[in-house]
Amino acid sequence: MSTVIPTPQKPWESTLFEKLENVMIILAAFGLAGASVRLTGLNGKLGFFISLFISLLVLNFGFHFMKRGSAAAKDSLLKVFTVMAIVLTLIPIVSIIATVVSKGYKGLHWGLLTKDMALASVNDPIAAGGLLHALLGTIIMVGGALIISFPIGVLTALYLTEIRGSLTRPIRFLVQAMSGVPSIVAGLFILSSLVYPVTNALSGLMGSLALTILMIPTIARTSEEMLLLISNELREAGVALGGTQWRTVAGVVLPAARSGLVTAIILGVARIIGETAPLLLVSGGGDSVNLNPAEGAMGSLPYYIWKAFLTGGTPEAFARAWGGMLVLLAFIFILFGLARYLSGRKVA
Amino acid sequence: MSLDAPARVVPVPREITTKPRRSDQIFRTVVTIGGMASLAILGLIALFLSIKGVHILVDEKLDFITGSTWEVTTDETGNIVQSTFGIGAMLVGTMLCAFIAILVGVPISVLSALYLTFYANGRIKKFLISVIDLMAAFPSLLFGFWGFFIFMSSAEYWAKLINKYLGFIPIFDVPTPIFERSPFIAGLVLAIMIIPIVTSISREIFDQTPLDRIQAAYALGATKLAMIRSVVIPFGRGGIIGGAMLGLGRAMGETVAVYTVLNVVYQINWQVLFGAGGNVASLILLKFGEATPYEVDALMAAGLILFALTLLVNAAADFLINRLGSKGR
Repeated sequence: MSTVIPTPQKPWESTLFEKLENVMIILAAFGLAGASVRLTGLNGKLGFFISLFISLLVLNFGFHFMKRGSAAAKDSLLKVFTVMAIVLTLIPIVSIIATVVSKGYKGLHWGLLTKDMALASVNDPIAAGGLLHALLGTIIMVGGALIISFPIGVLTALYLTEIRGSLTRPIRFLVQAMSGVPSIVAGLFILSSLVYPVTNALSGLMGSLALTILMIPTIARTSEEMLLLISNELREAGVALGGTQWRTVAGVVLPAARSGLVTAIILGVARIIGETAPLLLVSGGGDSVNLNPAEGAMGSLPYYIWKAFLTGGTPEAFARAWGGMLVLLAFIFILFGLARYLSGRKVA
Repeated sequence: MSLDAPARVVPVPREITTKPRRSDQIFRTVVTIGGMASLAILGLIALFLSIKGVHILVDEKLDFITGSTWEVTTDETGNIVQSTFGIGAMLVGTMLCAFIAILVGVPISVLSALYLTFYANGRIKKFLISVIDLMAAFPSLLFGFWGFFIFMSSAEYWAKLINKYLGFIPIFDVPTPIFERSPFIAGLVLAIMIIPIVTSISREIFDQTPLDRIQAAYALGATKLAMIRSVVIPFGRGGIIGGAMLGLGRAMGETVAVYTVLNVVYQINWQVLFGAGGNVASLILLKFGEATPYEVDALMAAGLILFALTLLVNAAADFLINRLGSKGR
């Protein structure tokens, strides 16, 4: 007697033939779209996109209608719509990255990291100035904001996950609401509460404080999500070993969530590193290196870009601005990659 | 039998209590105080903006919201003779841009989220989700300048097309053919900015759809479209609307992107394709540079209104996502 080992079947997966059919439909749609651009008045990218969209809809509908009836035909329309939506979502991001890279590389040179703009104006040749002051200013202000907002954010997250008092719901809402505070309002708040009544001068510290308001909600929400990932068994084990709640949180929960908390920091920094509006109001925006956050105007990357775009007008100024943008974008990519890497690893 | 056997010490049983120890009490107090920070900060924002701005609101009364002039007249010594502040035009502009953003952005976001949840799988899904999350982290400065330098020419062409074929509808009409820097283009840039946020919220909502209901729909012979229409959409309706409201809040408070793309002109303009418009946040940025102290107070009042508006929209969003979102049918 011979045993028959059945080969595994995957009836839900589309067969090679069906995949081929799909490819044919897409190719035919491209052909139709190309033809309609040639033959009719529809021209340009928009015309091509619209005729591609319509021909995809028509071809898919017709094909599936003939094959399996009207329900399947309508179903195929939804697929076309969703795919088109994701394409529409991706077009701007590809365009943005391509623009920044293609225009920004002209503004890059090694002097960027060693010179500031104290002696150079934005319209000077690119090699004349750099963005050292902007880099240092951004690092100081973001660092200052981090020092203030990390403890507050983590305490908020601990309140939401560990204490779970009667105010959990309202506080979760307030954190949500705080993340919706327009960045310019954060700047106005610092102006009205500290700059006008107290210091009467713009400085990096004021910039830090404005950024803090924008950073706290991001850190609080990310940390909360990360702390919720820590399984309750871990907390129970800590308590069962005789730990008080304080010892359990400090010795078990927080160390287990360490990489999650680092992710929260990174996402918080990514959130505020390109923030422009509050810095325009409160940081003063200097052109030379200033390492003292408490006194004097402090430059920053967004301010550097802003100034080069708005006060320049020459190709040098634009190259400088796009170069600054490329540096900013590179920072965001690095931060984001780090966050992905850390949160991809197993928590605890 | 030894004489000096040690007396047996009976340990006093530890008092069993649910009262937290001193260290825990301190811990709980500190964490609770930290947790109140968001409340305190939001309260302080409202308080300080009111302190600076409320006298303007009292002076101008309702005209501050409905009026559409922003004038300060000074005599030679710089004293303010007369001033009228009204942010009506800017409020209209804010709403106009934000609604265009919602109108364009939300359908695209919801469909993208449907694709990510129910069509994409494996590596493509992971990749697309990271790309969209990355886009959500792009600074508004970047969107603004990209919108101004790259996107503007295409969008201007689209605006001309709309005006040519739909110009008989009043809002698509223009007094003079200036299509650059219009609320329409600013709204499209805002739409691009809110798409990643609304997409990821919708995706999270769709992910929460109970699997048994999805499978029940499939078992009854539903196609994907029928399943989504009868299970996913009813279940996630509140969440989607809430996500759209969050996008609205974000679009209303946007400063830099609108300031760069939009031609800020102080007039009420309903014609979305015409190159003049405004936004409360960009007004603040525009006027702040040369503002007299008295005018700064008026800007604070404008900020207060903006703050209250976004708070309101966010509260509505929170309500919709949390109360209605999880209830389903």
